[in-house]
Amino acid sequence: MIVNQFLVLAALLFSIGIYGVLIRRNAVLVLLSVELMLTAVNINFVAFGAFLQDELIAGQVFALFVIAVAAAEVGIGLAIVVLIFRNRSSANIDELDLLKW
Amino acid sequence: MTYLATSLLLYAEEGAEHALELSDGGLLAEWAWLIPIVPLVLMFAIVFVGKRLPQKGWELAEFSMLFVAVYGVALFVANANGGIHYEGSIEIARIGSLVLEWGWVVDGLSIMMYAVVGVVGLAVFTYAKGYMEGDIRFTWFFASFTLFAGAMLVLVSAPNLVQLIVGWELVGVASYLLIGHWWEDHENNAAAIKAFITNKVADVGLIIGVIIIGVTIGSFRFSDVLEAIANADSGLIQVAFWAGLMLFIGAMGKSAQFPFHVWLPDAMAGPTPVSSLMHAATMVTAGVYLLGRMFPLYQNELFAVDVKTIIIIVGALTLFLTGLIALVQDDIKKVLAYSTLSQLGYMTVAMGAGAYTAGLFHLFTHAFFKGLLFLAAGSVIHAVHSNNMSDMGGLRKFMPSTYWTFLIGSLALAGIFPLAGFWSKDEILDSISQDAGAGGGLVASVVLVVAIAGAFITAFYMARAVYLTFYGEYKGEGQPHESPKIMTYPLIGLAALSAVAGFANMPGIFTGFTDWVGARIIVMGDHHAEAINFLLAGAGLAAAAAGIAIGTRLWRGDRDTQAARDTFRIPVLYPLLERKYYIDDFYLRGIVNTTKGPIARAIDWSNTYVLDGVVNGVGAGAGFMAKIVYGGIDQRGIDLAINAAAAATGEAGEQLRYTTTGRVQQYAWALFAGTILLVVGFLIFN
Amino acid sequence: MDWFESGWGLSLIVFLPLVGAAFVLMLPKAQERVAKWVSLGFVLASFGLSVGVLFAFDFDVTEKFQLGTDLTWIPSIGSRFHIGIDGISLPMLVLSTFITLLAVVYSWNHWPEPHNPKAFLALILVLATGMNGTFVALDLVLFFIFFELVLLPMYFMIGIWGDRTKMRIPGFKREVETRLYASIKFFLFTLFGSVFMLLGFLALYFKSDPHTFDMLLLADMGQMGVFTGTFGAWVFAAIFLGFAVKVPMWPLHTWLPDAHTAAPTVGSVLLAAILLKLGTYGIIRISLPILPEQAQVWAPWIAILAVIAIIYGSLACLAQTDLKRLIAFSSVGHMGFVMLGISTLTDIGINAAIIGMVAHGVITGLLFFVAGSMSHRYHTREMSRLGGNMKLMPVMGGILAFTAMASLGLPGLAGFWGEFMALLGSFSPLDGLSLGVFRSAMVIGAIGTVLTAGYLLWMLQKVNLGEPSEEWSGQEFHDADGFELAAWVPLVIAILAIGVFPKIIFGATDGAVVHLVKTAFGG
Repeated sequence: MIVNQFLVLAALLFSIGIYGVLIRRNAVLVLLSVELMLTAVNINFVAFGAFLQDELIAGQVFALFVIAVAAAEVGIGLAIVVLIFRNRSSANIDELDLLKW
Repeated sequence: MTYLATSLLLYAEEGAEHALELSDGGLLAEWAWLIPIVPLVLMFAIVFVGKRLPQKGWELAEFSMLFVAVYGVALFVANANGGIHYEGSIEIARIGSLVLEWGWVVDGLSIMMYAVVGVVGLAVFTYAKGYMEGDIRFTWFFASFTLFAGAMLVLVSAPNLVQLIVGWELVGVASYLLIGHWWEDHENNAAAIKAFITNKVADVGLIIGVIIIGVTIGSFRFSDVLEAIANADSGLIQVAFWAGLMLFIGAMGKSAQFPFHVWLPDAMAGPTPVSSLMHAATMVTAGVYLLGRMFPLYQNELFAVDVKTIIIIVGALTLFLTGLIALVQDDIKKVLAYSTLSQLGYMTVAMGAGAYTAGLFHLFTHAFFKGLLFLAAGSVIHAVHSNNMSDMGGLRKFMPSTYWTFLIGSLALAGIFPLAGFWSKDEILDSISQDAGAGGGLVASVVLVVAIAGAFITAFYMARAVYLTFYGEYKGEGQPHESPKIMTYPLIGLAALSAVAGFANMPGIFTGFTDWVGARIIVMGDHHAEAINFLLAGAGLAAAAAGIAIGTRLWRGDRDTQAARDTFRIPVLYPLLERKYYIDDFYLRGIVNTTKGPIARAIDWSNTYVLDGVVNGVGAGAGFMAKIVYGGIDQRGIDLAINAAAAATGEAGEQLRYTTTGRVQQYAWALFAGTILLVVGFLIFN
Repeated sequence: MDWFESGWGLSLIVFLPLVGAAFVLMLPKAQERVAKWVSLGFVLASFGLSVGVLFAFDFDVTEKFQLGTDLTWIPSIGSRFHIGIDGISLPMLVLSTFITLLAVVYSWNHWPEPHNPKAFLALILVLATGMNGTFVALDLVLFFIFFELVLLPMYFMIGIWGDRTKMRIPGFKREVETRLYASIKFFLFTLFGSVFMLLGFLALYFKSDPHTFDMLLLADMGQMGVFTGTFGAWVFAAIFLGFAVKVPMWPLHTWLPDAHTAAPTVGSVLLAAILLKLGTYGIIRISLPILPEQAQVWAPWIAILAVIAIIYGSLACLAQTDLKRLIAFSSVGHMGFVMLGISTLTDIGINAAIIGMVAHGVITGLLFFVAGSMSHRYHTREMSRLGGNMKLMPVMGGILAFTAMASLGLPGLAGFWGEFMALLGSFSPLDGLSLGVFRSAMVIGAIGTVLTAGYLLWMLQKVNLGEPSEEWSGQEFHDADGFELAAWVPLVIAILAIGVFPKIIFGATDGAVVHLVKTAFGG
């Protein structure tokens, strides 16, 4: 079995994700980009899991873990974004510097 | 038979001829632990319920002293009928092989002290009821007064050195409370602190001495110490000099020996009953008592015999120098205070001369007449509302009871036959001369002369005090009245004792006291008079008589003011014969005036400026050091380094915080760049 | 009572306060009365159990660790939940639960600003767990965790409820609030020491064979000579540094006066009464048995530092104008006596150190209680402004005078035995230690007692005696109230009882200390 095609796909997805995180200004889009990166990682997990014929199917299990955690993370993240939007009428992360000392 | 008695028998075997039959004293001795406990327990009772009682707590204090007096006298009588030796104790701690105990010892020495503390205490407590009437802290006064007596009894009843320290320091604290009784005035507080600190300095010596002995022989019991001395314990011999010297330094503090005597005159700031008890039966006798307890250590040739020379010299210095100071005092209590110092010098000299009996006998008689003198002086002060003799005069007519009792006390103190002071002073002189003959050598001979001179000085200043106070015309304000009966009855009782106490030991006639304090039981090579030495007795008596005679000559006629008396001048141009060849004048101007003028003043000056100056200087120096240590080293040195480290960290953070912009995407960039760097680095170096 | 003796008793003593803290935190903030009753219930239970320990403890074999348990805890590093008490830790454990109880009683209606009893009580309870745990832990990791656990509550206590006056610190540009400066200094100082201590513990772990954190096993190895030479010297120094900061030993003491001055009353009391003892206890429990050879090498140096602390602390006291700061500096001197006792490495000296620790706990604890209450009444701690306190508040003044007397080492009260026996021990230290150093230390220490008496009497004169100054005339002062007396009278009784009958302490400690000295130093 060849894994290259999966890795290339994952790398592409990951790069798109990084691009989104670093460049986009809209908080929702940044969150979506994070999800893309997680998806890329999941693809790798599943691909390697299948490739290595792991008896414990650890790769697949981890992918499920990541999906669960990602769901939770998006839930909290979106909640925060909504709250910030309510308070500041904007979801532009350039205007957010609450973490500053 | 307890172990104390056994160890004492070790001595008895050597000189068995005098050894008396010992008994353990039966129930009376077994229950003697009540003697220190009753005052201490009642002290708490006075503190907590005293104010609600009809006499505001005085009755409890009086009861405690009554109990001690009755018990002490009962023991005294029992002891006179056959030597008692009993020791009981309970263990309060065990550390490795070292045992700490509370206990009580009943033997000749402690029984004598119980009786004295009890009897004098009873008189003083009764008197104090009248004297302190209406005081703002009446109840509290009797609580601390009871503590004072109880602490002294803890000290006296101690069968080991640790309990001795406990009693020793408790006495110090009680004296602090009492001297500073009127603490609204900071002068009194300063006097109280001075007494406590001076004692504490000397206590350093005591504690070190106790530690040396305790560690060396592995026990703190007096009986074990005596046994080690009897067995010529080699370990103890090595450290004996230092142990003996350190214990003596402790004794010097409590017994106010030169140069530790400075606290005692200042301690007059307390109420007069306190001065009376402090100077008669408690506190200042503690040092002499300790020397008596540890007597074999100093007397035994193998041990701290060298310290004896130091003791006798210190005692002689104290007795002479402080006696002179008494001559120039105007405050009647200060006259008595310096006189106490001088008499303590006598006791110390006796101990240094190896005269166990004489030292304790003088302690015994002195307790009665000095207690009496202070109470009588208090009675005068109560009537005149002033301590100064220049405000008194002529009180003989107004206060007959006080006058007669004061006179008896003065004569007893001066050593006039047949009052108590005569016998005890004679015993001391006799013992010193024995010591001079038995290896004491030149030092003892010189001290003998000093002691006889001291007898002269004593008589002299007491004559002065009597005349200035009771003769001439009254110079104070208002009309003085005799004190109430509750104050005069104790005076009369103590006067009677001052008159007869000396008969307890009349060399050649009846020497009961020598037996009672165990001098003949613990045969330890001490000197005690077995027959009267007429030469010395005559010399002592003559010195005293001369003192009184000259005192009478000087102060009988009433001069205008104190200042006139002290600058007493004889006109220079007087017919030679009329002036008896100026011999009187020579005595007066050359000896007496010089003595009571420049010399005494110089000593008073040196006392105030040199010795007190050292004490104050040490205090100021400590304050100065404290400022340097705290301000210089602590705050600017060590702390600066600590703060500088903190400041540096803070400054670094101050600069670095600008990198924290709060922009999530900048963080993400940094993260990403870092990851890339790590990967690249990994690829290159791997 | 099997459950009690198989470790449950001790575990409950340690962890009940923590449970209590959780309960208190779950209560609504407004329910102050409930919070007080809950926390009182938990500390009372903890104290009651420690009294039970007194009955269950077998005083015939005080050198044996009793009532403990040894359970698997973190198997991967061989750290176990090993607890137990012997004669050395028993008095400390009882002291700790006792003082905690009194602190809660005192707090009943004495709340420092900004109030908030709920949080304050929770912190006291967490602190109690840390203190009690340190005294029962027999595993280095467990010990370290408890040892560090006390830091946090105390940090918050000082930082939140502390003194708000601004102060200028040498080396800093801006003025800061005393409480902030003091709390940070306390935290950092202790943490600084703890880091080295942890390194020392790790070094012991890796050197031991088989690897273990168990104090008893390590002590056996140490006495067989596993930790010696340069390795031993470094490890001893590192561990000692950690404890020395906590004691605190000169010259690592400078956090103490600031922390005490800034802390709220109860904080000062707990800090002085228990927290300082964690350091000295650690030295006796860990440094001496595990590194006996190094202890003998370092002992003279420790003695010298201890004596410097005695003199230095007393002199510094003489220069103080702030009542609480004076008491804080007096702790430096008193802990110097404790360290002097330990440094002699003899049964007498170490016994002296333990009774000195207990005595300092009850005496200085009481001093801080009274000083706290007084500054609460007068709103100042400047001694020059006080005076005539005996007139204004006789009961409080009387207790202050009594405690000062105890603090200056009056025989018949608790403070005497620690000082006297420390001096006694240093007259004849362990064979092989320099007699010259220790006997000089004895003499200087004895002189230190004079200075101690000096500054305490001087303090009494300034604060208690004389006429009250104009500033206070016409004002009504409330003398000690019921809760204050309820917290103080037990301490007064303890001071008297230990002073009159020191067997209360020595009865427990002696066997254990003699065993320790014999096995570790052959003395």
